[in-house]
Amino acid sequence: MRLLRNLLRNPAGAIGLAMMALTAAATVLTPLLSPFDPFALDFANAMQPPSALHWFGTDNFGRDIFTRVLAGAVYDLRLALICVFGPMAIGVLVGLAAGYFGGRVDALLMRLTDIVWAFPFYVLVLAIVGVLGPSETNLYIAFFIVNWIGYARIVRGETLLISRLEFIEAARVLRFGRLRVMLRHILPNATTPALVYSMSDVVLTVQAVAAMSFFGLGVQPPAPEWGLLIVESIDFMREAPWMTIFPGLAIVWIGIAFALLGEGLSTALKPKG
Amino acid sequence: MFLAILKRLLMLVPVLIGITLLSFLLLQIMPGDPASRALGTRASAEELEAMRQLWGLDKPLWVQYLYFLRDCVTGSFGVSIFHKQPIITLVAARLPFTLAIVAYSTVIALVIALPFAILAAARRGRLTDVAIRQVFVVLIAMPPFWLCYVLILFLALGLGWFPTGGVGEGFLANLYRLFLPSLVVGLSTAALIQQSLRAALIDTMQADYIDTARAKGLRGREIFLRHVLPNSLISTISIIGVRVSWIIGGTVVVEKIFSVPGLGSLLIDAIVSRDLPVIRGLTVFFAVMVVIVNLITDICYALADPRVRLE
Repeated sequence: MRLLRNLLRNPAGAIGLAMMALTAAATVLTPLLSPFDPFALDFANAMQPPSALHWFGTDNFGRDIFTRVLAGAVYDLRLALICVFGPMAIGVLVGLAAGYFGGRVDALLMRLTDIVWAFPFYVLVLAIVGVLGPSETNLYIAFFIVNWIGYARIVRGETLLISRLEFIEAARVLRFGRLRVMLRHILPNATTPALVYSMSDVVLTVQAVAAMSFFGLGVQPPAPEWGLLIVESIDFMREAPWMTIFPGLAIVWIGIAFALLGEGLSTALKPKG
Repeated sequence: MFLAILKRLLMLVPVLIGITLLSFLLLQIMPGDPASRALGTRASAEELEAMRQLWGLDKPLWVQYLYFLRDCVTGSFGVSIFHKQPIITLVAARLPFTLAIVAYSTVIALVIALPFAILAAARRGRLTDVAIRQVFVVLIAMPPFWLCYVLILFLALGLGWFPTGGVGEGFLANLYRLFLPSLVVGLSTAALIQQSLRAALIDTMQADYIDTARAKGLRGREIFLRHVLPNSLISTISIIGVRVSWIIGGTVVVEKIFSVPGLGSLLIDAIVSRDLPVIRGLTVFFAVMVVIVNLITDICYALADPRVRLE
C-alpha cells in the first residue's frame, strides 16, 4: 500500500499506472465499448478507413480493428507477463544461490549465465522455437530458457552487496538459520532492482512475442494477437495503412505504460536517507 | 597488455565450448527423429538411413557432439541440407551485410544520441531534459518490426525517398539502401547511449580535475571538448559492448523485412525450410560474433581508460 502511494506521488509512476488501469478496463469492458465481434466477417464493410463508427477502421474481412486490438490485448499481455515473470522467478533464485553460497555454486551458475548471455536474444529464441515448432507452449519454453539471465546477474550482484551489510551480520549473530537469512532478509532487498529492471523487460518482451508471431512462430491465426494483426496487414499496407499502424500503436502504448511504471518504481523503491 | 589479452582469450575457451554444447543440445530437444523431421514425410527409408549416417545419428550422443565440435573448430560449422554447402560458405557471402548494419546502426545511434545527451546534461532536471527522456521512452516502446513497416510506408512508399528493401553494388549504394534498416536498429541503441552518456557527462562535470582545468584558466568550451566529452565517451564504449548482443539480434528482424541477404535472413530462411544444421551452425556463429565483439570493446575500454585492467 505504501508502495502504491509512493508510486502515485511520482508523475511517471502515476501516468504509467493510469495507462495500465485504462488498458485493463478496456480489455474487460470490450463488449460495452464496441458493438462489433472481433471474429465476425463483414465483406460489405471491408477496408473502411477510421471513422466515428470504426475508430481504427476495418480490415480486409470487414472486421473492426479497434475491437480486434482490444481482444488482442489479452494475448499479448498474457504472453509478455508470463515470459517476464516466470523467468524472473528462476533468475532471482539462481542469482540468490550464486551470491549467497559463493564458491563452486557461484562459479558454475555464473559460467552458465555467461554462456546463455553470449547468444543474441532474438537468435536463441528464434532457433529454439524454430527447432521445436511454432506454438504458444514452445514460445514459453524458449523465453524461460533465455530470459532469466538478466535477473540472475542483477540479484547475484545485489546479494553480494547486501550480505556484507550490518543487518545481515546481526541476523547471523542472532543465529538465524541460513535459509531464513537468505529468504527473509536478503531476498526482499535483492529483488528490488530486479523488479525495476523487469518493467523495461516487459517493454522489450511485448515486442518480442509480437515479433515471434510476426515470423509465424508464436500465436497462430485467427487469434487477434497484435503481431499477427500487423503481419496480416502487410499485403494491404498501400490501400489500408490503418491496418498496420493501429495494432503497432497498441504495442507502443503498452511499452510507454511499463516504461513509465518502471521509472516510477525506481523512484518509489529508492531507500530513504 | 599482451599477456592480459592472451589470458582473456584462454578464459573464453570454456564459454566457447559451452556455446557449442548448448547449440548441440538445442537439436536434441527436438521431438522425433531429426532425419525424418529434416527430410519430411516423403523421404524413403534409404534416404533417411543415409541422412542418419551423414549426421552420425547412429552413433552415441557424445560422439555426435564431438563431430559437431570438430565442424566448429575446423570452421565449416556443418553442412546445409537445403543449400548442400558448408555453412561457412553461406555465412561468408552474407556476413558483410550484417556487419555493415551493425556498424552503420552504431554510427547512427551515436549521431542521434550525442547532441541530445549533451543538451540533456546541460539542462539537467529542467523541462528540456525531461522532454528528451520521454521522447526516447517512446522510441524504445516502438517494436522494431513494426517501425520498419511504418518507415517503408511513409519514407519509401509515401515520399519515395528510399527503396523498400534490397541491397546495391558498392559502398555508396549500400550506404543509401541500408539506411532504413540501420536506422531501425540504431534508434533503440540511441536511447540507451543517450541515457548513459547523459549520466556520464553529469558525473564528469563534477569531477575535481574539471575544477583544476577551470582554475588553470581554460575556457568552458575548451574544458568540455578536451576533458569532459572524451572522458564521458569512454563509458559509452562499454555500453555498446553490453548492447552488442541486442544490436546483432536486432539485425535478424530488419534484414528479413528489408530483404537484406545477411545472416539474419539466412537464419529465418533456415527455420522456414527446417534446415537444422544451418540453424545450429548459425546459432554458434552468432554467439561467437558476440564474444569477439565483447572482447574487442573490453580491450578498447582498457586502452582508453588506464584505470581499467583486463582481468
